[in-house]
Amino acid sequence: MPNPARAWREYPQRYRLEAEKCTKCGTIAFPPRLVCPQCGNRKFAKTKLAETGKLLTFTIIRVPPDPFEDQAPYAVGIAELEDGVKLTAQVVDCDFAALKVGLRVRLEFRKLSEEGEAGVIYYGYKFVPE
Amino acid sequence: MRDVAVIGIGMTKWGELWTKSLRTIFVESALLALDDAGVDKIDSMVVGCMSSGLFVGQEHLTSLLSDYLGKNPVPAARVESACASGGLALRQGFIEVASGMSDVVLVGGVEKMTDVTGCEATFALGTAADQEYEGFHGLTFPGLYAMMAVAHMHKYGTTREQLALVAVKNHDNGSKNPLAQYPFKITVDGVLQSVLVADPLRILDCSPITDGAAAVVLCSADMAKKMKKPVIRITGSGLATDTIALSSRKDMTWIESTHLAGQKALAMAGRKIGDIDLFEVHDCFTIAEIMVTEALGIVEKGRGGRAVEEGLTSLKGKFPVNPSGGLKAKGHPVGATGVAQAVEVVKQLRGEAAERQVKGAKRGLTQNMGGTGGSSVVHVFEAE
Ligand SMILES: [Zn+2]
Repeated sequence: MPNPARAWREYPQRYRLEAEKCTKCGTIAFPPRLVCPQCGNRKFAKTKLAETGKLLTFTIIRVPPDPFEDQAPYAVGIAELEDGVKLTAQVVDCDFAALKVGLRVRLEFRKLSEEGEAGVIYYGYKFVPE
Repeated sequence: MRDVAVIGIGMTKWGELWTKSLRTIFVESALLALDDAGVDKIDSMVVGCMSSGLFVGQEHLTSLLSDYLGKNPVPAARVESACASGGLALRQGFIEVASGMSDVVLVGGVEKMTDVTGCEATFALGTAADQEYEGFHGLTFPGLYAMMAVAHMHKYGTTREQLALVAVKNHDNGSKNPLAQYPFKITVDGVLQSVLVADPLRILDCSPITDGAAAVVLCSADMAKKMKKPVIRITGSGLATDTIALSSRKDMTWIESTHLAGQKALAMAGRKIGDIDLFEVHDCFTIAEIMVTEALGIVEKGRGGRAVEEGLTSLKGKFPVNPSGGLKAKGHPVGATGVAQAVEVVKQLRGEAAERQVKGAKRGLTQNMGGTGGSSVVHVFEAE
């Protein structure tokens, strides 16, 4: 993924948790979409994701993809936030033994990976136990 | 729509085929299928392949493969739906014959996966997930299925041993399949002691990286009746999609696309799930087979783990699942898998499956899926 534009265009979501709320049915789309997956409406109002929620499931990645090679093993989970949005992210600052379905987490801004000496450094959100 | 029959099947030994290129493994299987059918002239060709671009740096398979098969200027199409590419190719071939557009269609699937490193293969397979919102966070395919397993275990009490039993069963079946990549038995202890890939999934819960191809020849059922082969008809075809990201699903323990594709295929065939004698399903990970047996309605929601334990899905059980050894033992060259499932079902319905033959099998079903269930293809096959 050598093109910085690809990372840059996701900044509003990844850096500021910007989401969009359907003006008709209230469904929150994250990342933003052009069509509401619930009702088909095409109008949205800007909103921001809830920053806390609880884990629905998780795993510990022992065999990582390339950009995460130096981080393994690390935990990844899907959490349902207070606003109903379900989100995938790493779970950090947490003993693996403490991971469980229902664990309360909050979103924090962290570094995710980097491309190497001259490449892009990727930032975004991670889950941290509350 | 016309009735459609499978008149030829072809598959060679799968594995790490270092001496053979993508074009060679494809042509070998295609020739076997054409010879089995006893036809030389085809009206069209459809190929399923997930990612020849990332695995061998080669696109434009329509030209390459028709050329090396000696069939230019035959019309050819390549289709892609991640690991369901083969099943999708079969469906497109079925539609071509059923519509009357073509009389004889060669359907093939191929993937050459071992020319790249393990890391590169992991990346290529990862493109079946949401790159920006799953892969970006360091998720892998075993990781996604591991999260489905954790959710299933939490909700239904599915056990770690039940997962292992899926792999043991499929290796038992695969030990009777000389074309399988891993034609040997494994034990529950062996699975439980194998290295962790993504908790709770271990390496022996995962299907392997495989080079392989498979092919079938389709024609109208009327034409098939004039040939000497047993007539195996495709009586139902279903295809459905779902969200690409696992997190967007309403229920992570349920594969809705498989459920819907299964319902559509069975309705088209005018059959119920209980009418089917054997199943070839997409066990890319042990948890996947458990969830697929539930989504197809072979067992109730949440009972998939118990069904394996009780032997319901074993070769001699009431609903044999993956007599070929499944993706687990037979191998999983992603684009070829869906076509190889059809090859196995036709073998079974012809009574040609030797040691792993399901006795008296008249009807079979294949289920092939992409990603974590973002797409699913189901077909029903019936012997005359
Ligand atoms: Zn809406």
